[in-house]
Order: sequence, then C-alpha cells, then structure tokens
Amino acid sequence: MDFLNGITLIANYIVIPGLTYGSQLALGALGITIIYSVLRFSNFAHGEFMSFGAMNSILLSWLFISLGVTLHPLPTAIIVLPIAIVFTISYCIIIDKFIFKFYRKQNSKSVINLIVSIGVMFFTGGLIRFIVGPGDKNFFDGERFILKARTFKNITGLNEGLTLKTTQGITIILSVLLVILLFWFLNKTKTGKSMRAYSDNKELALLSGINPEKVVLITWIITGTLACVAGTLYGLDKSYKPFTYLHLVLPIFSAAIVGGVGNPVGAIIGGFVIAFSELIITFAYKKIFFYFLPSNFVPEGLLQILSTDYKIAISFLILVLVLLIKPTGIYKGKII
Amino acid sequence: MTNASRIKFLYILMTITLLLVGFFQSWNVALTIFNLCLISSIMTLGINIQWGNAGIVNFGVMGFAALGGLANIIISMPPTQNAWKVGGEIIIIGLLVFTLSIIFSILLFKKSNLNNKIKYLISFAFIISGYFIMRLLVDAPIEKIEAIEPAKTGYLGGFNLPVLLSWPVGGLLAAFSAFIIGKISLGLRSDYLAIATLGISEIIIYFLKNEDWLSRGVKNVNGLPRPVPYEIELQSKEWVLKVSDYLDTPITELSSIIVKLSYSMLFCVVLLIVLFLLEIAVKSPWGRMMRAIRDNEVSANAMGKNIKQRHLQVFIIGSAIVGLAGAMLTTLDGQFTPVSYQPLRYTFLIWIMVIVGGSGNNFGSIIGGFLIWFFWVQSEPLGLWFISQITTHISDANIIKSHLLENAAHIRLMFMGMILLITLRFAPKGLIPEVKR
Amino acid sequence: MYLLSGENITCGYGAIDIVTNCNIGVYKGKISSVVGPNGAGKSTAMKALFGLLPIKNGKVVFDGEDITNLPPQQRVLKGMGFVPQTNNIFPSLTVQENLEIGTFIDQNNKNEMLEYVYDLFPILKDKKNQDAGELSGGQRQQVAVGRALMTKPKLLMLDEPSAGVSPIIMDGLFTKIKEIANQGTAVLMVEQNAKQALKISDLGFVLSQGKNLFTDSGNSLLANKEVRQAFLGG
Repeated sequence: MDFLNGITLIANYIVIPGLTYGSQLALGALGITIIYSVLRFSNFAHGEFMSFGAMNSILLSWLFISLGVTLHPLPTAIIVLPIAIVFTISYCIIIDKFIFKFYRKQNSKSVINLIVSIGVMFFTGGLIRFIVGPGDKNFFDGERFILKARTFKNITGLNEGLTLKTTQGITIILSVLLVILLFWFLNKTKTGKSMRAYSDNKELALLSGINPEKVVLITWIITGTLACVAGTLYGLDKSYKPFTYLHLVLPIFSAAIVGGVGNPVGAIIGGFVIAFSELIITFAYKKIFFYFLPSNFVPEGLLQILSTDYKIAISFLILVLVLLIKPTGIYKGKII
Repeated sequence: MTNASRIKFLYILMTITLLLVGFFQSWNVALTIFNLCLISSIMTLGINIQWGNAGIVNFGVMGFAALGGLANIIISMPPTQNAWKVGGEIIIIGLLVFTLSIIFSILLFKKSNLNNKIKYLISFAFIISGYFIMRLLVDAPIEKIEAIEPAKTGYLGGFNLPVLLSWPVGGLLAAFSAFIIGKISLGLRSDYLAIATLGISEIIIYFLKNEDWLSRGVKNVNGLPRPVPYEIELQSKEWVLKVSDYLDTPITELSSIIVKLSYSMLFCVVLLIVLFLLEIAVKSPWGRMMRAIRDNEVSANAMGKNIKQRHLQVFIIGSAIVGLAGAMLTTLDGQFTPVSYQPLRYTFLIWIMVIVGGSGNNFGSIIGGFLIWFFWVQSEPLGLWFISQITTHISDANIIKSHLLENAAHIRLMFMGMILLITLRFAPKGLIPEVKR
Repeated sequence: MYLLSGENITCGYGAIDIVTNCNIGVYKGKISSVVGPNGAGKSTAMKALFGLLPIKNGKVVFDGEDITNLPPQQRVLKGMGFVPQTNNIFPSLTVQENLEIGTFIDQNNKNEMLEYVYDLFPILKDKKNQDAGELSGGQRQQVAVGRALMTKPKLLMLDEPSAGVSPIIMDGLFTKIKEIANQGTAVLMVEQNAKQALKISDLGFVLSQGKNLFTDSGNSLLANKEVRQAFLGG
C-alpha cells in the first residue's frame, strides 16, 4: 500500500505536471528550432508569438462564449484554436514580409537577425499589451478536472490523491497530435522534404529548383501554428499574462539547445528534459521517503535539492551546463 | 553630415530637449531623466566596447548591473547585530567548500589525462558532494540569520563604509564574475553567447531574489546611505533658503533639485572618466587589434593573436563598466530591489541604446543612452497624447476609446521596437557611425 | 551546333576578372572537359555558365536560346543539371529523399528516373534509406550526380567530380559519366585529373590564367606534345 501511495505521489507531483509542462516547452522549442534550421537565426520573438497566439485564443473565446458557442465540458478555446492559429500565422507572415525578409535578402549575419528579432519582440509585446492590457486573463471554461483527487482516493482507497486537470489532458493530447502531424509533414510530404532539404543545404536546394520563398512561407505557417498552440495551452494551463511569455523564451531556448538546435526530435526531448529536471530537482522528497522507508529512518527537513523558488533558474543552469559540456546538444544539432 | 557635426547636432538637440522638459514640465523631472540618462549611457558604453569593438554579444547586462547594486549593500549597510555570531562565517566556509569542489573539477579537466567519462564521473561526484556539504553547513545558519528581525534585517548586512566606495567595488564584483562567465562562455559563437549570458544573468537575479541572508531577497534593502545630503538637511540651511527666496521656488522643490544636481555632477564625473579611458583604449594598439579580430577572426588568429585572451579582457572591462553603472543606479534609488531587474528594462533596452547610438562609437553610445532613455520615459505621456489626439472625435463613452486610453502606456514597447527596427533597416550603423581608423 | 555554349565570356569576383574572353561548349549527348592548372578559372567559368556568377561580358546560349541573364533555378527548368564540387548532397536526408528532391520540379517521371539512377549506381539502391551524410566519399558523389540526373537534364554539369575520391572509385566514376553520356545526356565537367577526363571527352578545353589555351578533341589534346608537357606531366 505504501508503495502504491509513493508511486501515486510521484505521478501526481512529477509525472503529470512534467508531461504537461514538457509538452508546452517542446512545442515552443520546436518553433525555435524550425526557424533556426530554415532561416538560420535565434528568434527571440518566439515567446511573444506564443503570447500573440494565446491572446487570439482568449479574444475569440470571449467572443464565442458571449455568442453562446461552447464545447462543454471542454474549454471553448479548443473550438477557436484553428481561427487563432490562422491569425497568428498571418501575423508571422506579415512580420516576415516587412521585417525579416529584408535581412534574408541581404544575407545578414545571424546575430543581426537576432537583434532584429528583439525589435520584433518589443513591438509584439507592446502590441499585445495595447490590445488586451498587461493583466491576468482567465479564459478557461468547462470542466476543471478529468480526475479529482478525492475521486481517485475513493476508487483506489489510497491516502494519496491523483489529479488530472482538463488542461493537462488537453495539453498532452494536442501536443502528441501536433507533433505526429508535424513529423508526418516533414518526413512524408514533398513540401516537408523540400523544407528539410533547404535547411540542410540551401545552395543545393536552390539548384534543385526548390522555391525558397515557398519554403520560408511554410516555415512561418508551421511556426505560427506551433506558437499559437503552445501559447494557448500554456495560458489555459497556467492563466495568461503577457509578461510571463517573455520569461518563457529562455526555458524554450534551453530546451531547443539541450536537445540540439535544428533537430526537431531534439527539441521535444529537450522540452521534457528541462521540465522533468525542474520538477525532480525542486521536489520535496520527504513524503516519498515517508512511504518507502521505515518511519524512524525518515530524515528531517523537506529534502529538497533546491528550493522551489529556483524552479525556472534550473532550466538556465541546465542550459549553461549543456553549452559548456556539449554545445551541440543531446541530438547532434547545428552549432549556432 | 560628418561625424563631428552629427555629434554636435545631436548633443545640442538633446540638451535643448531636456531644457524644454525643465521649462515646461518641471526641473525635477528633467533632472530625474538626466540622471538616469547618464547612468544608461555609462552602461551603454560598457556594452559598446564589447559589441562595437570586439563583436561580443553580452546579454547579461541585467546580471552585472544587479551585482553592482549588491555592492551597495555589502559596502554601505551596517552589519546586522549577531548575524555574524550565529554563523556568518560558516556560510562563507560553506560557499568556499562548494567553490573548491568546482575548482577541483576544473583542474581535473585541465591537468589530468584520465579518459573523459571518468573525468565527468569524478567531477560530477565532487560537485554534488561539495554542494551537499555546503547545504549541510549553511542551511542552519541561514535560517538563524534570516530569523533575526526578518521585518527589518534578516541578513548579514554590510561593512558600513562610505557608499561611494560601492561604485568601484560594484565594478570589481562585476569584473570578477565576468572573468568566470567569460572563461565559461566566450568560446561560444555569437547566438549561443547571447543566450548563455542571458541565462547566467537570470541565474544571478534568481540568486539575489532568493538568498535572503545576503540581499534580503524580495524584501528589498531600503535606506541605503547617500553620497549627497538629504533634502531635509538642505531645507534648514541658510544659503538654500536664500536661493529659494531669490529664485522664488518652493524650498521643498529646490532642495530636491539640489540633491539631484549633486548626483548629476557625480555621475557626470564618472561618465567623463569612463569615456576618457575608453577613448584612449579604443585608439590604442589594443583597440586596433580588437577591431582587427572582430573584422577578421581567421586572419587575426593566423597572425598569432591570442583571441580568447583579448575577448576575455574586453568582456571583463565592459562588464565592469556595467557593474559600476549598476552600483550608481542603486545608490541613486536608495534601495536594492532584486525584483526590479528585468531583462526588458536592462539588457534589451541597453542594447537598443547601443544599436541606435551607433555600434563602435563611444559618443554614439552616450547619445543613444540619452535618447532612448528619454523616449522610454516620455513615450508613456506621448502615447497617451497620441491616442487622445486620434480619438478626439470619438465620444468619451465609447468603449474602444476608453480601452485605447487605458492601454496607451504600452505603446512605449511598440515604440521601442519600432525605433530599433527602423534603425537597423535604414541606418544600421546607428546615429553616429563608427569612425574608420 | 553546341547544346550549351559560353561565347567570349568574362567574369570574376568584384573588380577582378578571373575568366577573360573564354569560349566553352558542349555538343548534344557528348562530353566536354575543361582542364588546366590550379587557379586557371575552370570552376569560375563553370559557375558563370550556370548563372551562379554574373557575367560581365559575352553570352551563354543553351539549346539555341540566350540564357545569359537567367537565374540558376530557371536553368534547371530548361534542362541543365549542376553538381557542385562540395556540399553537393543533403546530408540529413536519406539517399532516396536526396534523389526525390530532384524530381520536385517534374513529378511525372519520378519512378522511371529513380530506376534509371539505381541502375546506374546499384549501391545507392542498397543504401536508399540511409542518411546521405553517413555515406563514403565516392557514394556521396554518386548521390550528388544521381540527384542532378533526376531532373532528367539535357546537360549535366560536374564541378570536379573526382575531388576527394580514391583513384579506384574515380575510375568507376568516369565510366559512369561515359555511360550517362551514352544514354543521351550531354556532360560538361571541370576536372583536375586532366588525363582521365580527356580520355573520355569528345571535346577538351585547356584554360590557363582565365584564357583559352587549346581547344580540341580529347584524344588530340592527349596527343598534343605541348599540352602534355605543360599540363599533363609529360
């Protein structure tokens, strides 16, 4: 019984949150990695693109709810997501057309593009705050839980509860679907293959008759989609505030770099490595020991490796370690 | 326009603008802006020597500025009674143990010729055990220190020395961490370096936010001593009263203007010294070599220049200048608030100043610091004015109008983004371009 | 009548002319080689013919049409295929994907062309699901040539196909090139290994310092005393 309690505890505090946060990071990191591998720069504006996508979902959700169109017990955000994606993609494409395209034509150094993306980050951040304001926005409606702690306890008779929030379930399912779709696209379709070819060897891709502008367009479509879904899921799960998305950029970069920049599989692995490290390092192990050890062996204190306050700092720490030890990441990515 | 006339034009324009603010808004506002402009331009100079001359992308401005701020606490605050007795030394010992375990691992990597896997294993074990020994040592004293009057102190305090000393010490603190950070990350290429320094600066801020025994964390350290007189003191001075009568200005306003002016003078002195030294450095063979390396790393390498060493030097110097400016900023604020360190306000805004002012030109950096800070402060009222102008014909009851007016302040982020993008597009060399030497 | 001809072309990087008043051509279904010492401007001329480098003077004619100002992508559509000297494959794509990229402009003959390339280079069929970046130098070169062939070009342009390939493999490669020409695709190549290249060439161009020095059939050039002494090592 104690054993099962311990397992439940781990599932509830590490596995489920880790899978959720990991999925959100992975989707974000995929966006960064794809932009890097095709357009060859680190896009600091990606966090704001996610925020922009989430904002679209929020505004549309409010509109749909006011019109009485909902999807109970699921949140309305699910219905509006496709429209929000279209808006986000359009924004990305407009930004590319008016800003990034110029530097692409000039063959600017990647660091110049990076600084340009900071300009875009400022602009987009301002635009978002101008439209919805800087405050907290809640747009979750529908049933809060798929599985409540008490229900779980009643069914199993365990001391520890297991909670699965609707947003967590949606995050994991949608991420899996989106990733499958993305990999199918990249590996099986003609356009996906030409995108990979372009990222592999731009000159040769041009010689093979691949249309660069089309590849760039597709890249932004994918990026916009990923950003919108990741941003919306994050906002649904943790509540939306424009400010938080700026701080999400760095964990996302960490995920992309840990996995190996330019490698989509790496981005996903990286997302989960970061998410689980954060949880494992800041988890208070006292209770686990309580279940797994005889009671007089349980040590004092919370048994945390690092205080919860440092949760996000862990992603930076991992980032720095990876850069030191293996800058190419777990899966051999391209060195920026 | 030549560079010299550009400098003249822009500096005069800036002076007039600040004077206009003085005449039309208030001298207090003008001086507040002016003081922060001075600090911003010192930070900008620090980043410019790295980016403009050596091509190093340092996104760790925020962290170095915060370390400078920390110097204020360590130097100028009185030591907390009993804090050292209950275990201040043990904390230091604990930190030393951890540091030694890291140093050992580094030496292991540098000196020994064991195979890599074993090296990783040993150093991992060493760092982990070093960490846990440190925790074992420091956890209890930290708890005790943080329990000493947590509402007022709850931290180690400082050395009760003159606050002006914290400026050079802030620079040194930043220089020391830049040495370590540089050793770690300068081998990385530009994008990675940017991300790494940004990450490290976030770690520094997290540390300052959460290690209450050192910096009181989110509880902030208030009431830092001042290098200039207090307003209250001034108000009772004979000569201040006379001037107040003569100028027909309320004494409260005048005293605060005098305080701000004193700060301005101190900052101006620092700015001029930094500028003077940097100009010498840039024109020296050292500076020429730095630019040679920036322009062609391969051939500089082939000529046997020690690029890593040079980059480390310039990284330390630039970061020290940022640390110095950070210390000045905290002194001006009179308090240390770790939460206020945001990458947007520090790192990225300073970078906009560098790019807009003109990478590689010190005079450009200064005007960049002034202009951007000025707009950063004034674009809020400007945005409000702009929105109310375009919505004058809409009735006040209109939801859209009230919403627009409510959020008009956020135009400033858009505004900053646009300034940066427009500069990069139409004047990529900035307002005052680098001088070809 | 040449299939492709560069007439009096002058080109270079920046203000410096590397190639001056050069004439290079290839007949339909035949092989032409451009040979010469290092720095003779062979590769530069080749790039100019494919439109990778602007031409300052002269003109390029393909299949009776003036294509001097046509961008490279358009030339691919017209029926020219180009294999660069380096970076000529997509390393993280599989062998088959590398070849498929070539058919993206015209999907119709995809399977037929795949079969043709696999017949020509049987080893590629065995490794079709392997990442091209993992292959050996010679195999990579085969992938590169195969990819260019997939567009079903009338003319295949090879920039130093034997660079970085071991001598035995090189022989095989030249045999394949001959085979390609026999199937009706003209080949224009730039080669460091002048002897072997001229052996299979119908036409040879010896360049030196950016100028035509000799132009003759491959065998005559091999027999030419002057050429032998100056460029073929006796």
